[in-house]
Amino acid sequence: MKSIAPILTVLAAMVALWYAAVAPMNIRVALDSAERAGETVTPATPLARQEVSVWRLMAQNPGQIAEGYALDRPRLPTPAQVGQELWKTTGDMALDGRAFSKRSLIYHGWITLKSTFWGFLLGTAVGLAGAVAIVYWRVVDMSLMPWAIISQTVPIVALAPMIIVLSSQIGIEGRDLPKAIISAYLCYFPVLVGMVKGLRSPTASQLDLLETYNASGAQAFWKLRLPASIPYLFTSLKIGIAAALVGTIVGELPTGAISGLGARILIGDQFGTPLAIWAALFAAAILAGGLVTLLDLLQRMTLRRMGMGAGA
Amino acid sequence: MTWLVSALVFWLCAWALNVWLAGSRWRRNLAVRIFVPVLFGVTLLVLWEGLVRGLGVSPVILPAPSEVAKVFAASTSTLWEDFNQTVLKGALSGFLIGAVAALVTAVLIDRSRFLTRGLLPIGNFVAALPIVGIAPILVSWFGFDWQSKAAVVVVMVFFPILVNTVQGLHEAGAMQRDLMRTYAAGYWQTLVKLRLPAAMPFLFNGLKIASTLALIGAIVAEYFGSPTRGMGFRISTGVGSLSIGLVWAEIAVAALAGTAFYGLVAWAEKRVTFWHPSQRR
Repeated sequence: MKSIAPILTVLAAMVALWYAAVAPMNIRVALDSAERAGETVTPATPLARQEVSVWRLMAQNPGQIAEGYALDRPRLPTPAQVGQELWKTTGDMALDGRAFSKRSLIYHGWITLKSTFWGFLLGTAVGLAGAVAIVYWRVVDMSLMPWAIISQTVPIVALAPMIIVLSSQIGIEGRDLPKAIISAYLCYFPVLVGMVKGLRSPTASQLDLLETYNASGAQAFWKLRLPASIPYLFTSLKIGIAAALVGTIVGELPTGAISGLGARILIGDQFGTPLAIWAALFAAAILAGGLVTLLDLLQRMTLRRMGMGAGA
Repeated sequence: MTWLVSALVFWLCAWALNVWLAGSRWRRNLAVRIFVPVLFGVTLLVLWEGLVRGLGVSPVILPAPSEVAKVFAASTSTLWEDFNQTVLKGALSGFLIGAVAALVTAVLIDRSRFLTRGLLPIGNFVAALPIVGIAPILVSWFGFDWQSKAAVVVVMVFFPILVNTVQGLHEAGAMQRDLMRTYAAGYWQTLVKLRLPAAMPFLFNGLKIASTLALIGAIVAEYFGSPTRGMGFRISTGVGSLSIGLVWAEIAVAALAGTAFYGLVAWAEKRVTFWHPSQRR
C-alpha cells in the first residue's frame, strides 16, 4: 500500500509526457488538414514543411497546435482520445445491447481470450508433463532439456504463418487450433522450468523421511513433491499466461485474420485508423493485466489454504 | 515404406542408445552430455525426413529436411541479405540501444527510492504486456526500413532489462555497502566497484530474456511493411507464393540466429559473473 503514491506519481508523469509529445508528433498532420481547410499556414506547402523541424513549425503556427489534439487520424492520439475510442467500442456498445457485435472490442477480446485460454491449457499440460518426465527420467532430462531451451530461442513468429498454412492444408477449419499451438509454444517453457525447479525443491532429508515411512513413489509425488512445487507453479503460470496472450496476438497478426485483438491491430493498420490500433492495444493490456491479477489472487488463496501464505 | 520403417528403426535404436548412455557410468562426461541431446535432435530430423518421404507428403505442405537444406545451399546470398537486414540491422542495433537505455535509466532511477517504488511495479506490468502490438504504429512513424524494426526492438527489450537491473542494483548487502563507506568510497566508486558487478547476474537474466524478444520484434515488425528484403518479409511473401522451401530455410536461419544470439549472451554471462554460485562447478 505504501507504494500507491509513487506509482500514481509516475503514472501521472507518464500521461503528462504523453500529452506533451502529442503536439510535436501531430503538428505536421494538423498543418496539412488546416491547409486543406483553407487556413494560411507557414510554410504554405507540405513539401516545404518537410524541410522545417517540428519545433519551428510549432513556433510559426501556434494557432494550429491545439488542432493536433483533436485530429481524426493522428500520428499520436491523446490518452483521452484512446479512452473515448475504447469506451465507444466496449462500454457504449454494451449499453446499447450490442456487446458482441463484430465491431465491439468485447467480441474481439473474447475471441482472443478463448484462444489464449486453450493455448494456456495446452501449454501448461505439456509443461507439467515435461517437468514430471524430466524429474523422474534422467534420459529425458539429458536429451530434452537442452532442446526446450533452444526452442525458446527460436523466434516462433517466424513459424506462425507456417503453422497457420500447415493446419489449413491438413484441413483444420478456422484459426483456433493454430493460434492455440502458437500460444502454447510460448507458454509451456516457463511452466516447464518452474515445475522442474519446484518438483526438485524437496530436500534430501524430506525425501528420506518419506522413505522411512515406507512411502511409494506415487505417494512421494502426491504428498511431497507436488505440494512443495505449488508456489513455483503459480509463479510460472503468471508468466505463462502473459506469454500465451502474446502468442495468441502474434498468431492473429499475419495472413489475414478477421477476429481477435491482433486482427483489430492489423485491420487498423491497413485502413489507416490509428485510434482503432491504440484501442485494441489498450484492450490487450487490460486483458493481460486482468489475467495476471486473477492468477495472483488464486495464488494467494491457494497458498493461504495450504498454510504457505505470506504471513505464515 | 522402407523410408518409414528405417526412420522408425533409427528412432528406436537412438532412443535405446540414449537410455543406455544416460544410465551408464559415463553420464557425467562432457562428451556424453553433449552427444545425448544432439542425437535426440538428429532423431527428430530423421523421423521428419522418413515421415515426409514414407507418407508421400506434398512438398507444398511440409518439405523434407534434405529439400530445405538444398534450398538453403542454393539461396545463401538471399538468406545473407535477409539476415543482414533483420538480425544485424534491426534486432541487434535495437537490442544495443534498448539495453544501454535501460541500463542508464536503471542507474538514474536507483538514486531515488520514490521513483524505484513507483516504476518497478509499472515496469513489471509493462514487461508482461503484448508489446509486439505497437509494431504497426512504430512502422508508420519510422518508415519501412530497419529503423522502425530497431524501434520496436528497443521498446520490447527496454522493460525486462530495466526491471531486472533495478532489482540487481539492490542486491549488494548493507554490510558490503558499509565496507565501501569505511573505505571512503563515493557514490560512483560504490556503483562501479560494488553495486554494478553485484547486479550483473540480474542484468544478464534480463539480457537473456531480451535476446529472444529482439528477434521476435524485428520479424513481426516486418509483417507490417518492409523493403523487399528481410526475414519477416521473405516468410510472409513465401507463404503466399508457396515457395515453402525458402520459408523453411528462413526459419532455419532464424532458429540458428536466435540460438547463437542467446548463446553469445550466455557466454558473456559466464565470463562476467564467474564468481556467482550458479556458475561454479
